[in-house]
Amino acid sequence: MLVSIKWLKEYVNTQELDPAELGEKITRSGIEVDAVIDRSHGMTNVVVGYVESCEKHKEADKLSICQVNVGEDGIEQIICGAPNIAAGQKVIVARPGAKLPGGVKIKKAKLRGEVSNGMICSLQELGIEGKLVPKAYAEGIYVLPENAEIGSDVVTNFDLDDTVLELGLTPNRADAMSMLGVAYEVGAILSEEVKLPEATYTEAADTAASMLTLNIDAPEANPLYVAKVIRNIEVKESPMWLQQRLMAAGVRPHNNVVDVTNFVLMEYGQPLHAFDYDSLKTGNITVRHAKQDELITTLDDAERKLSPHHLVITNGEEPVALAGVMGGANSEVSDSTTTIVIESAYFASGSIRQTSKDHGLRSDASSRYEKGVDPNRVIPAAERAASLIAELAGGEVLAGSIIFDELEREEKIVKVSPDFINTRLGMKIPFEDMLEILERLKFKTEAANNQLIISVPTRRQDIQIEEDVVEEIARLYGYDEIPATLPQTEARPGGLTPYQAKRRMVRHFLEGAGLLQATTYSLTSEKSAKQFALTETDTTRLLMPMSEERSILRQSLLPHLLDSVTHNTARRIDSVALYETGAVFLKTEDELLNEEEHLAIAMTGLWLDNSWQGEKKPVDFFVLKGIVEGLGEKLGVELSFERGQMDDLHPGRTAFIIHDGQRIGVIGQLHPTEQKERDLKTTVVLELNLAELLNLAADPLLYTPVPRYPSITRDVALVLSKIVEAGTIEKVIRGAGGKLLKDVRVFDLYEGDKMEAGKKSVAFTLTYFDPEKTLTDEEVVAVHDKVLKALTEVGAELRS
Amino acid sequence: MEAQLQALKTEALEKIASAANVKELNDVRVAYLGKKGPITDLLKGMGKLPAEERPKMGALVNVVREEVTTSLEERMVILEEEAINLKLQSETIDITLPGRPVRTGNPHPLTRVIEEIEDLFVSMGYEIAEGPEVEKDYYNFEALNLPKGHPARDMQDSFYITEDILLRTHTSPVQARTMEAKGGEPIKIICPGKVYRRDNDDATHSHQFTQIEGLVIGEDIRMSDLKGTLSVFAKKMFGDDREIRLRPSFFPFTEPSVEMDISCFKCGGSGCNVCKKTGWIEILGAGMVHPNVLEMAGYDSKRLTGFAFGMGPERIAMLKYGVEDIRHFYTNDVRFLSQFQRTEV
Ligand SMILES: [Zn+2]
Repeated sequence: MLVSIKWLKEYVNTQELDPAELGEKITRSGIEVDAVIDRSHGMTNVVVGYVESCEKHKEADKLSICQVNVGEDGIEQIICGAPNIAAGQKVIVARPGAKLPGGVKIKKAKLRGEVSNGMICSLQELGIEGKLVPKAYAEGIYVLPENAEIGSDVVTNFDLDDTVLELGLTPNRADAMSMLGVAYEVGAILSEEVKLPEATYTEAADTAASMLTLNIDAPEANPLYVAKVIRNIEVKESPMWLQQRLMAAGVRPHNNVVDVTNFVLMEYGQPLHAFDYDSLKTGNITVRHAKQDELITTLDDAERKLSPHHLVITNGEEPVALAGVMGGANSEVSDSTTTIVIESAYFASGSIRQTSKDHGLRSDASSRYEKGVDPNRVIPAAERAASLIAELAGGEVLAGSIIFDELEREEKIVKVSPDFINTRLGMKIPFEDMLEILERLKFKTEAANNQLIISVPTRRQDIQIEEDVVEEIARLYGYDEIPATLPQTEARPGGLTPYQAKRRMVRHFLEGAGLLQATTYSLTSEKSAKQFALTETDTTRLLMPMSEERSILRQSLLPHLLDSVTHNTARRIDSVALYETGAVFLKTEDELLNEEEHLAIAMTGLWLDNSWQGEKKPVDFFVLKGIVEGLGEKLGVELSFERGQMDDLHPGRTAFIIHDGQRIGVIGQLHPTEQKERDLKTTVVLELNLAELLNLAADPLLYTPVPRYPSITRDVALVLSKIVEAGTIEKVIRGAGGKLLKDVRVFDLYEGDKMEAGKKSVAFTLTYFDPEKTLTDEEVVAVHDKVLKALTEVGAELRS
Repeated sequence: MEAQLQALKTEALEKIASAANVKELNDVRVAYLGKKGPITDLLKGMGKLPAEERPKMGALVNVVREEVTTSLEERMVILEEEAINLKLQSETIDITLPGRPVRTGNPHPLTRVIEEIEDLFVSMGYEIAEGPEVEKDYYNFEALNLPKGHPARDMQDSFYITEDILLRTHTSPVQARTMEAKGGEPIKIICPGKVYRRDNDDATHSHQFTQIEGLVIGEDIRMSDLKGTLSVFAKKMFGDDREIRLRPSFFPFTEPSVEMDISCFKCGGSGCNVCKKTGWIEILGAGMVHPNVLEMAGYDSKRLTGFAFGMGPERIAMLKYGVEDIRHFYTNDVRFLSQFQRTEV
């Protein structure tokens, strides 16, 4: 909502406050002033000129040489490039030395050999947005009314010495979508009275009813309709003051009739519409629901197909307006119109919202109807419009109005006790101060039995319950006056749930391991929604995605995390180690999805990079496996790995992570094809159902006595077939080693040319230990021999 | 023989003095004091002397032997020190070369902000509540006093999956769910999480972002309690000398509703580019829980009241760290992420 302060002053005394100060007061009381706009933009030296003569420039046919009377200084020659310049016009002249918006300075100039002492201006050059300039002047200079005084200052004479407050209205403050509403608000803030506009005209002897009949076939959607008929009008350009008011409010001037309806809309917040009486043809207005597939061409020249939940104004036969949203082209007021019907109506907000939404049409009218207009302004607005049109278009207002009225418009009564107000606020506002604030708001209030009985004016439909009154009192008393206290609640320890605490632990562990935490989007494309997913379910698609790229809910974190890796490597950051935790979304039988918290890791480039000491180690499967193993230990969860396959992972370098027989994750190297696709070098990845891990309760932590006896180690080097996995051999060793075998560890792997084809050498360190005593050589030999025998039995060759 | 002894001594002392290193000195030791050395020889030759001269000569030989030994030991200390110094010198390293890097990662800046806020409220007795990101229309809107067709639904254009299921547009549904689950009991929670709105991504908008909301319900919770709580929060997050101010606002789920500004932490209130010359920065929205919201969740709004607040970690991180584009939080550029490593205290 754009509020011209000059216009506002017609209804309320703003106490000569500086616009910025007034804006600050309005903001602090509840309506945010987003911007304070100076309409003059600091303009100087811009005056009314009279074009005495106008000739084509000989050197340039688009330029005109004008002799312009600028008042005291007499006639000045000014070159003008506008197509609509002509002798006999009153025009806006920026004199040499003038400052225009945007820092433009006017100097004497020569244009193709001809002197130009200033510039004849368009409204755009005075800082008015092109879309607000009347169509007749949109492509050229603006022509002032004939009675403009030559040499007088344009800024002060045509209301450009004004400031506009741009209000950012919250949906509850529909009342402030009108100048009167803002006047009431300012009046409440400044303790000033509001002066209502006047509507006076002389009625013709004939009655409106003699020319127009009215049928309302949809009284629920249209409980109040007022029509006035005005005849013998002259449709023409509006006076300057009206054009300026509208442009200040962000509305483009058209002609005196349309401009008056828009002016009253802005003034009262009540949408009005003017029909050309003759185009109606039938002398009838019928309001009804549209028929299925009925058509209307609206004022924006769009043909619209209707359905029964749209409300239309008809001439008894065909639609002439989309009720409350936009008029029809077939009944538009034109220059030749002589008789008009003014409509002022109350349309139910739901119906208008539906119509506006279905047709993607939002107008100044529909946005007010959607939020609910003041039922008590419907009739006064019609009267005000009739009076202004009679004044500006010279018409004759027919006697009376044609009215259908079934609208309930009682004032809402809200009862609230001063104690309630003070308890809610934690304050002690005196009773008299509350009464004073309600008086400023113009809420009629009775005080009885320690109760405030408040009649809320119909313009304030946001005030419904006691709490609403609490807010009104508090905001006008001042939020700064509220003390700062802390809740007096039962003292209970707050804290993290074990799940939340462990999630943080995982975060710290991974960061300690050198990984950066990333965050990616949950919405993804069909293509990547299921890549690396741990569970097979259908995808979940948005009803109205904004793009194909963000249309499906992800089922794994890795695809986007890998996109982030590529983002970095594309910028020559070769070593990247990222992790992310977040929900993936899996379809279930339920209405809602199964949101599973996952952990994903993606690593590429060097793991160890100590360049000047010559130590460089690229990431590989085992770097990542080590991190997962460490994580398992940290969480006290036993994890194992099982060779597996997954699309887009290297078939020989992929493993599932197993807990308690369940696959809870996958770890692997990207398939070379996938790496190429993503423009990545060797990249290892993890996708893990983190929730599954975090939901497990860890065992109590009990200390194991520190060993009192030494342990004994034996190394065993084995020649194995290449396809035999170290893990299999480890199981054999553990099986044979029994209780005394405390640990088995791989310490060497050799697959080089010194080995026979298809063979490899794996060396293990075995640790023997007895917590009860020092092991003797014989005891160790006895058990170690058993191990060696078992190894030989499975085909392992002892290497000398 | 005495003269011979003196000459031997002089010769030995000279050789000790001229020994250049430990090895040469050891050679001198062996040469003069060894079992086959001249001093031993002299002692052996004592038997040939007359008996009365023997004690005198014995003493004299011992003195010479002492002197040579002492000199040798002194020289040895010096030469050993020289040897060590030489070794140390040869072992000197270029300490300006870089240290072996310790690989450390760090949290995402939004996690950093969210956990700081979580920790503050946990210390004040709050619990952390979480809920689904794909939510029922009922919890996201209706239970929060936003029935179907409510004009304020325009404010949050949402991603629907079906007529009744959508990506939550705020974390408030967690509050609605918690209230329903608590069955009329007092509540003190904060709810962090991801939320989604139909916005085109640009420098200040993101279709996915995070939110933290807080909810306190109890007997006689007052608006002054909200103000006090927010004041504690502002001082902890933005510095002890931060002032707060409340401005009336509107949210369908609170009444009265407020927006909270803090005095600008950059200029202290005199006006700068961070606060757009106003001295104040808008940080969060809050209010007293609307009685309809309480009643819908089964609370007696006459007996229990509450306040709620909500803020955007992106906005806080952008203000705190001077980040100019919200998309940085979702691009995961390592050069951006790795800046949020060090402590601020
Ligand atoms: Zn500042």
